[in-house]
Amino acid sequence: MKERLVQLDVLRYNPDTDTEAHFQRYEVMCQEEWVVLDALNKVKESIDPTLNYRWSCHMAVCGSCGMMINGEPKLSCHTFLRDYPGVIRVEPLTHFPVERDLVTAPDDFMEKLKRVKPYVIAKQKKPIEEGEYKQTPAQLMKFRQYSMCINCMLCYAACPEYGLTPHFVGPAALTLAHRYNLDSRDEGRKERMEVVATKEGVWECTFVGACSEVCPAQVDPASALQQLKIVGSIDWIVEHLLPGGKP
Amino acid sequence: MAKSHKPVVWFPFAAGGTVIAFCMPVIVVLGFLAALGHVPSGLSYESLHAFAAHGLGRLVLLGVIALSLWSSAHRLRCTCYDFGLRADTLIATMLYVAAIVGSAATAMFLFRI
Repeated sequence: MKERLVQLDVLRYNPDTDTEAHFQRYEVMCQEEWVVLDALNKVKESIDPTLNYRWSCHMAVCGSCGMMINGEPKLSCHTFLRDYPGVIRVEPLTHFPVERDLVTAPDDFMEKLKRVKPYVIAKQKKPIEEGEYKQTPAQLMKFRQYSMCINCMLCYAACPEYGLTPHFVGPAALTLAHRYNLDSRDEGRKERMEVVATKEGVWECTFVGACSEVCPAQVDPASALQQLKIVGSIDWIVEHLLPGGKP
Repeated sequence: MAKSHKPVVWFPFAAGGTVIAFCMPVIVVLGFLAALGHVPSGLSYESLHAFAAHGLGRLVLLGVIALSLWSSAHRLRCTCYDFGLRADTLIATMLYVAAIVGSAATAMFLFRI
């Protein structure tokens, strides 16, 4: 099996001892088909056990190993060393506060996710004897793509709007709002639009599209946000221009 | 947080974007054809003058030009915002006023034909 000496420049930060973050160079022998996460694990096992980063599934499902690799938001378990011939720069996800080394605090995203109520809201719950909520394949296909989000926050790191305007609800949370709005079992669209159709919501988006470029699950958040803008605009017309529409 | 009134400016922007996407490539191709001396008979000065003089033709031209101007103004506003120029109210006012003035001038010219 082909091996290669990989050089990693990893941004280190220890809140107990450092006043600011600094790069540390590691050199490890890696197999050619490894991913960046494998290289980090090798560093931790054989060179520096104090290196901190999050990971879990190693198969692009859990969404916990997001980091900046050569300046781009990536899942480190999904980023192959063979695509990076030179020194690989590894930094924590941008736009999020750094806790330690490559570990960032996701609190802001979690709070925003909660705000858009990403769950089915039914006005009346069906008694269990009536059986499950059924859905046709066509009804499922309306939102399926938007339900593939793994909450990895790469889209937040990629979004220049979120970087400039931290109160922006952001791509993943808005996409999940849209996903539940499109669900045939859901009746919570009105509640969600109170958050979505605000200035901090979808209207902060200027359709840069970076969210969709970095998404590792092909969710295409930019398309969800554009669709939300159309929904929000039609709601606005109904509320303000049609007789009987509520202000 | 109250709902935003952004749809007022976004809806014509979206409509203008669609109009630009459909019309601009055609206008560019026809422009090149005309420059090379291949003007289709339907696009001669006389027939275009007649089109612009007709009430419906005027409305179509005004719609295409006004929506395109508005769309461009809004896109430029967003681009300024993305580049970190955060004097949004000032920039938006300047660009939208330019689009409105351009649309009003178009209407004036069209209705003088």
